[in-house]
Amino acid sequence: MQALDDLKAEAIAAIESAEDSAALEKLRVEWLGKKGRVTDLLKSLGQLNAVERPKVGAEINAVKQLLNEQISERKETLQQAAIAAQLSAEALDVTLPGRREDLGALHPITRTIDRMAEYFAGLGFEVVEGPEIEDDYHNFEALNIPAHHPARAMHDTFYIDDTHVLRTHTSGVQVRTMETREPPLRVICPGRVYRCDSDLTHSPMFHQVEGLLIDEDVSFGQLKGIIQDFLHAFFEQDALAVRFRPSYFPFTEPSAEVDIQCVKCAGEGCRICSGTGWLEVMGCGMVHPRVLEMSGVDTERFQGFAFGMGVERLAMLRYGIGDLRLNFENDLRFLAQFR
Amino acid sequence: MILSENWLREWVNPDLDAEALAHTLTMAGLEVDAVTPLADGLSGVVVAEIVSAEPHPDADKLRVCSVNTGTETVQIVCGAPNAAAGLKAPLAQPGAKLPGGIKIKKAKLRGIESQGMLCSGAELNLSEDHDGLLALAADAPVGTPIEDYLDLNDRLIEIGLTPNRADCLSIAGVARDLAVAAGAEMSAPVLEAVLATIDQTLPIEITAPADCPRYLGRVIRDVDVSRPTPLYMVERLRRAGIRSIDAVVDITNYVMLELGQPLHAFDLDALEGGIRVRKAQPEERITLLDGEERTLTSDTLVIADHQKALAMAGIMGGEGSGISAETRHLFLEAAFFAPDLMAGRARHYGLHTDASHRYERGVDPELAYQAVERATQLFLECVGGEAGPVTDVTSSTDLPQREPVTLKAASIRRMLGIDLASDEVTRIFTGLGFAVEANADGESWLCTAPSWRFDMGREADLLEEIARIHGYDNIPVEPVRGAASAGAVAESVTPQSVIKQRLVARGFNEAITFSFVSPELQQLIDPEIEPVALKNPISSDLAVMRTSLIPGLLGAAAHNINRQQTRVRLFETGLRFMPGESLAQTPMLGLLLCGRRMPESWSSNAESVEFYDMKGEIEALLQAADQTLTFHAAVRPGLHDGQTAEILLEDEVVGVMGRLHPSTAKTLNLPEQTLVAELELASVVRRALPDYEEISKFPEVRRDIAVIVNRETPSAAVLDGARAAAGSSLASARIFDVYEGDGVAENAKSLAIGLTFRDQSRTLTDEEINESLSQVIESLGEKLGATLRH
Repeated sequence: MQALDDLKAEAIAAIESAEDSAALEKLRVEWLGKKGRVTDLLKSLGQLNAVERPKVGAEINAVKQLLNEQISERKETLQQAAIAAQLSAEALDVTLPGRREDLGALHPITRTIDRMAEYFAGLGFEVVEGPEIEDDYHNFEALNIPAHHPARAMHDTFYIDDTHVLRTHTSGVQVRTMETREPPLRVICPGRVYRCDSDLTHSPMFHQVEGLLIDEDVSFGQLKGIIQDFLHAFFEQDALAVRFRPSYFPFTEPSAEVDIQCVKCAGEGCRICSGTGWLEVMGCGMVHPRVLEMSGVDTERFQGFAFGMGVERLAMLRYGIGDLRLNFENDLRFLAQFR
Repeated sequence: MILSENWLREWVNPDLDAEALAHTLTMAGLEVDAVTPLADGLSGVVVAEIVSAEPHPDADKLRVCSVNTGTETVQIVCGAPNAAAGLKAPLAQPGAKLPGGIKIKKAKLRGIESQGMLCSGAELNLSEDHDGLLALAADAPVGTPIEDYLDLNDRLIEIGLTPNRADCLSIAGVARDLAVAAGAEMSAPVLEAVLATIDQTLPIEITAPADCPRYLGRVIRDVDVSRPTPLYMVERLRRAGIRSIDAVVDITNYVMLELGQPLHAFDLDALEGGIRVRKAQPEERITLLDGEERTLTSDTLVIADHQKALAMAGIMGGEGSGISAETRHLFLEAAFFAPDLMAGRARHYGLHTDASHRYERGVDPELAYQAVERATQLFLECVGGEAGPVTDVTSSTDLPQREPVTLKAASIRRMLGIDLASDEVTRIFTGLGFAVEANADGESWLCTAPSWRFDMGREADLLEEIARIHGYDNIPVEPVRGAASAGAVAESVTPQSVIKQRLVARGFNEAITFSFVSPELQQLIDPEIEPVALKNPISSDLAVMRTSLIPGLLGAAAHNINRQQTRVRLFETGLRFMPGESLAQTPMLGLLLCGRRMPESWSSNAESVEFYDMKGEIEALLQAADQTLTFHAAVRPGLHDGQTAEILLEDEVVGVMGRLHPSTAKTLNLPEQTLVAELELASVVRRALPDYEEISKFPEVRRDIAVIVNRETPSAAVLDGARAAAGSSLASARIFDVYEGDGVAENAKSLAIGLTFRDQSRTLTDEEINESLSQVIESLGEKLGATLRH
C-alpha cells in the first residue's frame, strides 16, 4: 500500500519537525483525531472486501500506533529540551555572595569566661554572681584584710563612700556563698572588677574568674592538680609546664602564684615573658581558716581552696591580643575576629 | 627591695650560681623580680692617678694629662673640669670595654695622642654624673682593676616582698630564709657591743607604751660629720637605691638595710630636756625633713623633747633636730613601734618612707639592741666620737607576745598531702628561728615563733612555712575529682550564654564598656537621676556609675561610626547602678542598631534600620517568654518622642526601646536612625517549660480582611479586638499590610489582617468561618469605628 507508506512517512516527518507541544497536539489531531487522516483511512475500511479488510486494518492500526509513539517520543524530547533550556537560562553565578545576615561575635572576654566556666562545670562548679558595688566587709574584712592592712594598698580601690567600694576582686561573692550555703561547695565567680589604675598594662575595669571549693578532704596537692589540669585544658597543651610559687594573699594560706611556661616562646624567653620563660597567670591557695570561720564554716570538718585569675590576661595570651585597651574599645574590626 | 648579691653572700653563701640563688629565693616565697649585673661588659678600666695636667695647646677645654696606671705613665687628653694633678680616677686603657659596648682605642684629640680615656661615673654606668671624672678615694690603689676596687662584679637582686614578710626587708632577713631554703650555714658578721666610754645619757620617757613598747637611745659625743662615708657603704646604699647624704645618715640607712631596724640620729644640741614619746597634741604642727609642715591628728605618735615634737614616730624625722654640717654630738634612736597602731598613719599624711614601710609590717622588737651596737660601731669607725651607755625603756607587757602553736602531723597530711620526718620539721622551724619542741607522741610539735615573725598565730601559718621551705614543687599533684552531683538546672531560665548566642546569630557583636561613664554622656540619657559617683575616679570621663547600658553603647557606636563602619549592631550585658534608698544593681541587656539594615551586598539595598528593626529583635528575643509582650508609646530623655516605647511583659515594664533623639544623635555624631533598647536581663531569660499541645489533624482556613481605622488607632488594638471577637477556633491573626494614601481617607489607614481558623476536632464549615468573620467586623466597627475596606 504505497499510499499508506507515503502517509506514514509524511506524518513522521511532520512529527519530527514539530517544535513544541502545541504543534505536536495539532499534528495528533490532524492525523489521529476523530477527523484525522489516519482515522479517515480506518473509516474507509468498510469499502474493502472481507479478505483485505483485516489485513489493511491491521496495517493502518500499526501506523496509528507508531505515530502515537512517535508523538509521545517527540513530546518527551521536546520536554527534555525545554527543561534543559530552562536550566541553562537559569544558570547562576554561584560565586556571588549569598543573601545573609552576618554572624556577630561574642566578646573575647565572654568567650574566655565561658570556656573557663565550661571546664569547671564539668567538675561540678556552679557559676554564681554578685554585686559590683560591694561593702567593705565582703570585699576586705571577711577576707582577712582589716582596715589599714598593707594588702589594701595593693588593691588601688575605687571608693563610693566610707563603707562601699567597687569590688577589687570577685572574692566577695565567695564570701556571700559561704554565708548562705552549707558546704560542700564548688562555685566559680566570674565578673567585672575594678582597680584605680590605668596604663598600658592596667585597666580600671577588668574581669576575674575566681573559684572556691570547700569539702572535707581537700589538699594543696589537689589544688595543684585542678589548676594544672585546667591550664592544660585551657591552652590545649598537655605538656605545658606549670609552676607554683609561694606567695601571700591574706585570704589563703599557703598561697601560691601560678606561672605557666611562656606560650609564645615555649619557655625560651621572649618579649611577652620578659625573657623569663614564665608567665604569671593566676593566684591560689588553701582558704585561710580565719576566712572560713568568719563566714561560719566549720573548720574542724571542712577546708578548701580558692583560686583567681585575670580573664584579660588569659584571653590575651590565648588569642595573641597585644594591647589590653583593645578589649574595651569595642572596635568591630576587633570584635568580629572572635566569631 | 633591691639588694647586692655580694653583700648577701657575705651573710650566707650557698653553693649556687646567681640564677639558682634567685630561683631558690623565689621558690621560698621571696619572689625575685629581676637579677641585673651591675657592671655588665666592663673590662680594662683601672684606678689611675693624674700626675700632671697641662692645657691643650689647641683646645681651651681640653687638658693633656700625664697619668700613672700603676705600671707606666701614659698621656691622656681629657676634657673634664676636675682633671687635676693628684686626682685618682678610673682610666679606660686601650682595649677596654665600657658598659654599652664602647671599645677604647688610642686616638688623637686635636693632634695630641691620648692613650685611653679617664672616665666619669656615668661612662661606667655607676651614676648619673657625667660632669666630671669619678673621683676615687686618695688611698685607692693605683693599677687595681676598677671592678675589683669598687666591687663591681656584683648583681642587683630585686625582690618583690609580700606584706607579711617584713622580716626580710634586710640583708640579714633574706640571708636567714636563704640559709634554710638552700640548706646553707649563715656566716653573719660578728657583732660586739660597744662599751661606753662616757656616761652621758638623755632621759627617755614614754607616755604611749602601747604604741611604743621599746625605745633605745644613746649619746655619742664629738663626732666629725665632715668625714666622708666609706666608699663601700656609699656603693651599697647606691645599689639599694639610697642616695648618700652624710656619713651619719648613711650609717643609719646602712644598718637599716643590713639588719632591718630603722634608726634615727638627732643632733643632741637641738634636743631640750629629754625625749618624750607621746601622742600629738591637738592641732600640733611639725615641719618634717621633706620641708613640709603638717598638722597632726591626736592619734599620731611623735618623738618629742620637753618643748616640741621632733619627729613623726617611725615615719619621718623633723627639720631642725636632724644632722647638719654643724652637728657635734648625736643622739641615736632605735625603737619598736606597734605595727597595728602604725598601720595607715603614714598614708594618712600622704607619706610612705622606708621606716614607715617596715614599721607598719612589723620590725623585730629585739633588733633594736643589735642595731644600736652596730650603728655605734660604724659611727666610731667613720666619724669618730665617744659613746655613752644605751638607755633602754621597755614596757614588756606591751611587746608582742609569741605564743606556742601546735603543729600536727595529721594537719600536714590533710592540708598539704605530704608526710614529713620529724627531723625535717624541726630543721625547718629551727632554721627559721622558731623554738621547736617535738611532743612525745611524735605526731605533733610545739612551735614558738621568733620575735621577727608577726604572721605566725595559728597552725595554718606553720603549714605555710612547711610548704614553702619543703618546696611547693615537692608537694605531689593529686588528681582532680569531680563532684558527686552536678546539681539541677532550672529549665524555666534560658542560660545567659544561650541568649548571647542567639544575638550573635542575629548579627550582633558583644561590646564590653566601662561601668563608669562620663557624667555628660550619662546626662544625655538619664538627666533626672543623680548617678552614684566615685570618690576617686581615674578621670573625669569615668566618674559616675552608669544608670543605663545605653550611654556606653552609644560611645562604642560612635567609635565605630568614626572609623567608617556602615553598620553597627551591638549588645552588652552588665549591671546598671540605680541610686536610691537602697542602691539597685540590676543585670541588664542593652542593644544598639544603626546603619544599614543588611550587610552591604549586590542583593540588598542601602536602607537604614529603623524602629521596627529594633522592635523585631526584641520580639524575637522575648518569644520564648510565656508572658504577653506589649509595647506602649512612651517619652524618654535622649530618645525620639514619637518613636519610643516601654516594653511590657504582662503588666510589668521590663525595658525601653526607641530611636535616638535627632539632637542626641547629632551631638554624638551618630546616624539619625540609631535605635537603642535596654531590658532587664531577668525578663529576657524567662521561658515557659514546654507543655505539649496536640497538633490538629484538621485543615486550617485562612481569610483576609482589610479594615479602615483612624490613623491614631494602635494596630495592636485592632488585632486584640479581632482576636477577642473571632471565637475559639481562631488559630492566629496577623497584620500583613498597612496602607495610607489614595483610596483611604486623610486621617485613616487600612490594615489588612490575615485570620487563620482551625479546630482540634473537626473541619470547620464555611458558615462557621463566615460567622466568625462577621463577628470580627462588627466588633471592630463597634469598638474602634472600623469599616470594612472593599
